[in-house]
Amino acid sequence: MSDKSEQRRLSVFKTYKLYVGGKFPRSESGRVYEVTDSKGNWLANAPLSSRKDARDAVVAARKAFGGWSGATAYNRGQILYRVAEMLEGRREQYVREVADAEGLSRLKAGAQVDAAIDRWVWYAGWTDKIAQVVGGANPVAGPYFNLSSPEPTGVVAVLAPRESSFLGLVSVLAPVIATGNTAVVVAAEQAPLPALSLGEVLATSDLPGGVVNVLSGRTAEIAAPLAAHQDVNAIDLAGADEVLARELEIAAADNLKRVLRPQPVDDWTAAPGTDRMTAFLETKTVWHPTGSLGASGSSY
Amino acid sequence: MSRPAPARPAYAPPDTPGPPRSARDPLPSTTPSSTPPPRATSRPEGKTPTGVYSRYARRYARLVTMPTNASAAAHALTDVASSDSTLRRFLHGLPGVDAVGLEGRAASLGTRSIKTTAKAYAIDLAISMVDLTTLEGADTPGKVRALGAKAVAPDPTDPATPSAAAVCVYPDMVATAKAAVAGSAVKVASVATAFPAGRAPLSVKLADVREAVARGADEIDMVIDRGAFLAGHYMKVYDEITAVREASGAARLKVIFETGELSTYDNIRRASWLGMLAGADFIKTSTGKVAVNATPANTLLMLEAVRDFRAQTGVQVGVKPAGGIRTSKDAVKFLVLVNETAGGDWLDNHWFRFGASSLLNDLLMQRQKLATGRYSGPDYVTVD
Repeated sequence: MSDKSEQRRLSVFKTYKLYVGGKFPRSESGRVYEVTDSKGNWLANAPLSSRKDARDAVVAARKAFGGWSGATAYNRGQILYRVAEMLEGRREQYVREVADAEGLSRLKAGAQVDAAIDRWVWYAGWTDKIAQVVGGANPVAGPYFNLSSPEPTGVVAVLAPRESSFLGLVSVLAPVIATGNTAVVVAAEQAPLPALSLGEVLATSDLPGGVVNVLSGRTAEIAAPLAAHQDVNAIDLAGADEVLARELEIAAADNLKRVLRPQPVDDWTAAPGTDRMTAFLETKTVWHPTGSLGASGSSY
Repeated sequence: MSRPAPARPAYAPPDTPGPPRSARDPLPSTTPSSTPPPRATSRPEGKTPTGVYSRYARRYARLVTMPTNASAAAHALTDVASSDSTLRRFLHGLPGVDAVGLEGRAASLGTRSIKTTAKAYAIDLAISMVDLTTLEGADTPGKVRALGAKAVAPDPTDPATPSAAAVCVYPDMVATAKAAVAGSAVKVASVATAFPAGRAPLSVKLADVREAVARGADEIDMVIDRGAFLAGHYMKVYDEITAVREASGAARLKVIFETGELSTYDNIRRASWLGMLAGADFIKTSTGKVAVNATPANTLLMLEAVRDFRAQTGVQVGVKPAGGIRTSKDAVKFLVLVNETAGGDWLDNHWFRFGASSLLNDLLMQRQKLATGRYSGPDYVTVD
């Protein structure tokens, strides 16, 4: 009896939604597209974002930028650790989604997810250390203090890599927000589900709404307005192919966006270095007079 | 089997109740002893009590009863305010507002899709309707001058951008604002009458108005005494508006109801009629200083009021929603409301205004988007 009723139970399908400004809207256009696993079996319908979704995401990211970049580096680090904790709690779900998306065995997918969580922790640790590494006091020939400090670039559009749906995504997203930028992420077109699920984790990790915004859909369609957008300060082209990257780079030149060209990555599990963080930092240098050196006999 | 004969004359509106028109009392003021019309809180339009009330808001009023002589009609309505009781009876005889229907109508008109050339037209029209407002304790002459310059040339990178309608400031800043917009068509509006609370003796309010006019204000934005209105002292409110009307001389008078403080839609309808009867040139939703400001629903209600007022008296009154309108999308929705409710005659900055400050920047960004094809950002418009 109980066996029969269990067999009859209809499974509850998940409606994947965008993550914009801390909320989970459907696409403004109302469109969806079918997401399949590596063998072509249907997995879910994902929102097919339009350029207006991209615009809304930029508005949300801009609104969040003041608070996030102004938060102390220590506080940002704590929040990113919290994200890693939440990811750990939903490990099984990510293993399943990554295995489906990339056609990996459970074991290999598990290794990918573990690497992604470890990477998130690694970047969380960097939040309050990057300033010492890339900033500091500069020796100058004059009676001045000369100090350089790195500041976040602003709103960064991120095209998630196509070949690694979760580890790749974390590897390009975490460095952007660790340094105080806010991000609009375009999920990998063929495998957007891990990215959309990441939104659910971010929403429950004390990360202020709008710091990360996740869009799914046709990369070329969403990326074009983002690259031309006057209020986007930088774009990471990791998920664009050669032709698209060139087009986007031209569009991005209009307001002198910082552009990170696609970097060939053979192995996403390899240690990433600080390059992806420093790519979206601006260096501010301050000259400050040291006082009337010598005249008063003062020692500084 | 024959159909029953029609119960009403063919020319009458299908849902008009009561006896033939000639048997009805023409005006409430002439029938002080008649039973007050029943309150109609959720009655659909048209099913209204008899007398002058039934003429309110009736689509066919012009065809059936509309006196073509405007002055005669205006004269007819002046009797309404001859005493406190007639005024009360008139205002309370206005049909009640169907709140669900009103909000539904406002929401459905907000779903219109306005694109391409129509959108460009709407954005330019909306820019020309903005009353660029700064009403802060921290207003400095420099800020008012900057605002004036922005009103004259909202987008310095594109001279084809229309000017805003007016700058709206406190009375002591009128002279500064006037100098800042000199030589342009931009008007200077001044709030007065102890804005925003309106809690001051009448003599002080009138002095406030006279000062603003003397300094060169083209338009006066007054607040009504909400306390008196809510207490039911309609005549006091009426007298105050007429006194301010007189004190403002040639300046156009905008009457602010502060709809967020009036509690009900019925009150907003009553306040609208009260303001128009007392001689307002504009009726304005709110001061922008309370939690609830202009909404599509309360603006729709006021647009219906000005439409019906013109149908009855021939006098056209403007509408100004103020506060809380921040995006181009919202502004375009309001323009749809205007066109679909009051009609195309109001699609002009002489008859419709937006009281706003941040709205203009969003309109300019949308305008740049239409011109260049790429989304603009707040770095490309002036910061107020």
